[in-house]
Amino acid sequence: MSGTFAPAPARAPMRAILRSQIRMELTLTARRGEAVVLAMGVPLLVLLGAGLTHVTTVPGDDRLAFVVPGVLALTVLSTAFTGQAITTGYERSYGVLKRLGASPLTRPGLLVSKTAAVLGLIVVQLLVLAAVGVAVGWRPHGGQILPAIGVTVLATAAYSGLALLLASVLKPETTTGAATLLYVLMLAAGGIMFTTPAAAVVLPLAAHADALRATLSHAAAVPGGDWISLAAWAVVCVTAAIKKMRWE
Amino acid sequence: MPGRGVGGRHVRLPGSEGVSRVSDDAVQVRDVVVRYGATTAVDEVSLTVPRGRVLALLGHNGAGKTSLLQVCEGFRPADAGECRVLGLDPIEDHDELMPRLGIMLQSGGIYPWATAGEILRLFASFSANPLDPEMLIDRLGLRKFERTRFRRLSGGEQQRLSLAIALVGRPELVFLDEPTAGMDTEARHTTWQLIEELTDDGVSVLLTTHLLDEAEKLADDVVIMRAGRVAATGTPAELTAAAGIDLLEVRAEAGLQPRSAHFSAEEKTPGEYVITGRLDAAALAEALAWFATAGAQVTAVNSRRRTLEDVYLALTADNKAGVSR
Repeated sequence: MSGTFAPAPARAPMRAILRSQIRMELTLTARRGEAVVLAMGVPLLVLLGAGLTHVTTVPGDDRLAFVVPGVLALTVLSTAFTGQAITTGYERSYGVLKRLGASPLTRPGLLVSKTAAVLGLIVVQLLVLAAVGVAVGWRPHGGQILPAIGVTVLATAAYSGLALLLASVLKPETTTGAATLLYVLMLAAGGIMFTTPAAAVVLPLAAHADALRATLSHAAAVPGGDWISLAAWAVVCVTAAIKKMRWE
Repeated sequence: MPGRGVGGRHVRLPGSEGVSRVSDDAVQVRDVVVRYGATTAVDEVSLTVPRGRVLALLGHNGAGKTSLLQVCEGFRPADAGECRVLGLDPIEDHDELMPRLGIMLQSGGIYPWATAGEILRLFASFSANPLDPEMLIDRLGLRKFERTRFRRLSGGEQQRLSLAIALVGRPELVFLDEPTAGMDTEARHTTWQLIEELTDDGVSVLLTTHLLDEAEKLADDVVIMRAGRVAATGTPAELTAAAGIDLLEVRAEAGLQPRSAHFSAEEKTPGEYVITGRLDAAALAEALAWFATAGAQVTAVNSRRRTLEDVYLALTADNKAGVSR
């Protein structure tokens, strides 16, 4: 009897568990090249393409004041929605969600880790893109930063909910296709590169971009319609995700 | 190791609700039913794993072993019946139970893009007093694959990593679903040795297998499942003894008809007789005497102990199909 395997089960402190799970989530995200391109490459291309050339028509004289906040909103969409839907879809089909849910990490712990990793990524991406914007001539205002963060949190919640919903009800291949298609549609019609009708703010991306433009480019308050749109999307998507979330 | 008496193992409790009492058993399953649509995968199965013992669920693919295990692991509810694991409900008490269990799935459950070392260290970090991941990596022969991504590992290597994950948290009870499937002979023996060490150290084990030698070597108790039901249960010795211990094969000329109240005989192929029954010394002597009296020319006599395989084949031969899961 060596005693090597003598039972001594105990959960590690939750903070330690979450820390190592978040590190794993970030490591794996960084390892997937296409995710990095989707999350940073496309927004950068849009920023430089639509911001510095006249390939599209945007309202007003200051192209960057229109384009950069839209690109920031697009980045949140790509990371919180597209990237997360694809990853979660495959993790579900590989049984990873089920297995981790049945570890001391627990299901809530897994959701917290995923959220934290996504939020962390978004913060870094937004800082990098905003810095690029400033470098090419965007002049943001800091006065309305809190409402800008508020609408970004709402958008992230809505996208994450939608991502988990999609990953729970569709096969991973279908999820990948649907999430990419939605991303492309939103990129084209979501009011990022050119003007869209005012009614477009019913779409979360248009509402988020509009709110960021108002706050960051024009130091104005977030229009009421944007708040309502984003809050409604967040509530509906998160509720649906909680109801439909499947772990295997 | 502390094993409970034979009598305590298969006691049906008076009143099916009696199971919710605090129990010293590692696993208690009572009349559990699992259905997939119209298919009944597990049909009123009951079993008990006393603490510190190894129970092997033995059966063909599709006999319902994995489905039953999934109920014990809290991955799915039972459609009927009750299951207590370490005295807890696997679903309601999920979060309290999980740190105390080691779970080895039959496949999947692991990030395909993470390396073997990263995965094992991740699971180790979930426990307050984990085993040293480096020790497990060496013991299970994973050192060469430490930096290999999971998806690039062979089936047997994935199984070894999966076993390491199940053990790293120093669990009280481990569920091993086909633990040596896909392993080569060497890895299989390493795994068997590890499982023996586990039980020496007081860990309870519930494993599924379709390998008879695995069940015979490792298990204190065996439950043979067939088409979702328990076909037989007992220690390996009890199971092999119960069917009528021994076999005597006698070769002589064809067409004889040995007969006795103490054994039964069958001419399997012309001139080859198989004598079965409770073959003690007297019965053996009587059988051979019968051939002598008949003036038979006996050219070969061979006695053989029944194995678990004989019992298993006899029990499962009439229904190989089982159900689809």
